[in-house]
Amino acid sequence: MAGAIPSVWPCPPSSFGFPDQSPVFGQQLHESDTLVRPKRFVAESLTMDTLLQQLVNGLTLGAVYALVALGYTMVYGIIGLINFAHGEVVMIGTMVAFTVIVSLAGSGMPPLLILTIGLLIAVVACMVLGWGLERVAYRPLRHAPRLTPLITAIGMSIVLQNVAMIIWGRNYITFPPMIDKRIYEVGGASFTNVQVAIVVLAALVMIGLTYLVQRTRMGMAMRATAQNQHVALLMGVDIDRVIAMAFIIGSALGALAGCMVGSYYEIAHYQMGFMLGLKAFTAAVLGGIGNMAGAMAGGLLLGIIEALGAGYIGDLTGNFLGSHYQDIFAFMVLIIVLMFRPSGLFGERTGDRA
Amino acid sequence: MTGESRRSPRGLRQWLGLLLLVGVLLAVPFVAALGGQAWVRIANFAILYVFLALGLNIVVGYAGLLDLGYVAFYAVGAYCYALLASPHFGIHLPFWVILPFGAALACLFGVLLGAPTLKLRGDYLAIVTLGFGEIIRIFMNNLNAPINITNGAQGITLIDPIRIGEFSFAKTSTLFGISLSGPQKYYFLLVALAALVIVINIRLQNSRIGRAWQAIREDEVAAKACGINTRNIKLLAFAMGASFGGIAGGVFAAMQGFVSPESFSLMESITILAMVVLGGMGHIPGVILGAVLLTGLPEALRYGIEPVQKAVFGRMIIDPESLRMLVFGLALVLVMRFRPAGLWPSSLRRRELSEVTD
Repeated sequence: MAGAIPSVWPCPPSSFGFPDQSPVFGQQLHESDTLVRPKRFVAESLTMDTLLQQLVNGLTLGAVYALVALGYTMVYGIIGLINFAHGEVVMIGTMVAFTVIVSLAGSGMPPLLILTIGLLIAVVACMVLGWGLERVAYRPLRHAPRLTPLITAIGMSIVLQNVAMIIWGRNYITFPPMIDKRIYEVGGASFTNVQVAIVVLAALVMIGLTYLVQRTRMGMAMRATAQNQHVALLMGVDIDRVIAMAFIIGSALGALAGCMVGSYYEIAHYQMGFMLGLKAFTAAVLGGIGNMAGAMAGGLLLGIIEALGAGYIGDLTGNFLGSHYQDIFAFMVLIIVLMFRPSGLFGERTGDRA
Repeated sequence: MTGESRRSPRGLRQWLGLLLLVGVLLAVPFVAALGGQAWVRIANFAILYVFLALGLNIVVGYAGLLDLGYVAFYAVGAYCYALLASPHFGIHLPFWVILPFGAALACLFGVLLGAPTLKLRGDYLAIVTLGFGEIIRIFMNNLNAPINITNGAQGITLIDPIRIGEFSFAKTSTLFGISLSGPQKYYFLLVALAALVIVINIRLQNSRIGRAWQAIREDEVAAKACGINTRNIKLLAFAMGASFGGIAGGVFAAMQGFVSPESFSLMESITILAMVVLGGMGHIPGVILGAVLLTGLPEALRYGIEPVQKAVFGRMIIDPESLRMLVFGLALVLVMRFRPAGLWPSSLRRRELSEVTD
């Protein structure tokens, strides 16, 4: 099983097995980024087919980014903390779903039911995890200097990664395909039913979340806390509960996104959360961090930009830059957007708060 | 008169303390060598990280700009040294040419990154610097085709060690009757460099520029209103931090003889930031403590965890490597949980923190 890489893998993670350079982090974060790469369709020329194909792939990836980005943005919007451990929550969600699905695989239940059970258990596990994270690592530090919770977040991220490695091992695990894959062709672009399910499910969840935030009492409390914690407190909002809720909802979305990544790429790894989280955080910032509509739009945009970039970079640069540069797009776009809109695409102008 | 008499014992104590410190620093490489050259290398890395953490401290601790891509400048310095002193291009320049050049190049990169982005608010700046760090690493990883510049993921090997005339830092040689190994020589070089950085840091802290940085950290609008050119001063912090990173990178390349993009991952940036924050942001002794602890702790765990596990369970139950990182992560969480301002915060910051009542 060691390093078994199925054919969907865009390119084998080349830097594996490299000598350990860092005295501090013996085990480096390898090219975990390869995990969240859209499937690459090599563009022969700048054709419409490629464009459509990359748009479809980008939409799938973007839906996943958007879900994870929502987790970042909800927490940031309410307490102004970059929850660095969120990517790891997504990873744990994938791993839990994997374990449940594998252990139920021989039970004779219909595959779709197994998948649903796996998803639900993963969501619940991540909700508990998100709540626990908030209680252990962030709540005691709510009034500490701004960078302190950032370091505990990084610490928790390291802890979760290594716990996952102890439990699930350091090799890639193959996610059992539960849905019979069907391939559709529309206008030269091919996509699978898994991709359709991902996009539809993500859209439904986002609509539900918007309803929750805009129409329910809890949502109102959340918005109030995001605007001004002290005044919300005076109005009788239970701040602790609201903050815990933001973590719980974010983690649930993360678990869902993790299961999507798992069933799309049919693979999981204990380091997968890192790059996924990083990209999703980039998406959240792109849209304007703290802004939920921004996170959704930023996620979709980032997914599409990445997919298009991967498809066209070779042509645009006369094959000088190959598609290994795909990861650069996310960050390049981010830097350029922030240069012109310093609070993201949809963020409000806020005062200079360090 | 009384002031004079009060000052002299304190002055004496300070001198004695300094003397003791010098003594300890002189003894470290020889004591560490008793446990093998590996421990001297660990001591070297501890000092290298002190160097890096102090550089980052200027940016994060003094000016209050959260930089998550500091390792990019370290990488620029390292690759600069590697390309100009290795068989890769067949160029072998001496170190006293390359180190300043690397520092200048890193400084240039710092300005290039800083100029368009410094108007960004705290966390937006953090993610932009993070992205920049990743961009640099991805380029290092892939610039082997069509023209082989960085040799890709394989990295650059056979980098020249630091050499002064015939005196090479890579070999063991005898100096004044004392036998010095390669790592021990680098140790003294690093100590000298670190001392220089510490002096610069101390001088900066209380200078006009240092006070301007602190003003910007506390309230940028107010600082601007006081007539501080915030953009230039912030850029200066960025550039200065970057040049320290560049020098550290050059020494790293010479010491290792090998660089690859693997050494410049985001995790490295985060580790250096953790050193600054864990030790006590903006406080030089605190930052030094943080750097030494976070370099030493994983190494101590590497050697400590195996015997402990064997003693407790009788055999190896958990992969020691992941257990080591687990303990490291927990240590980060616990230290910050119980000492939110860092292990050794400056007295000013401690006072600020205790006054917060909400």
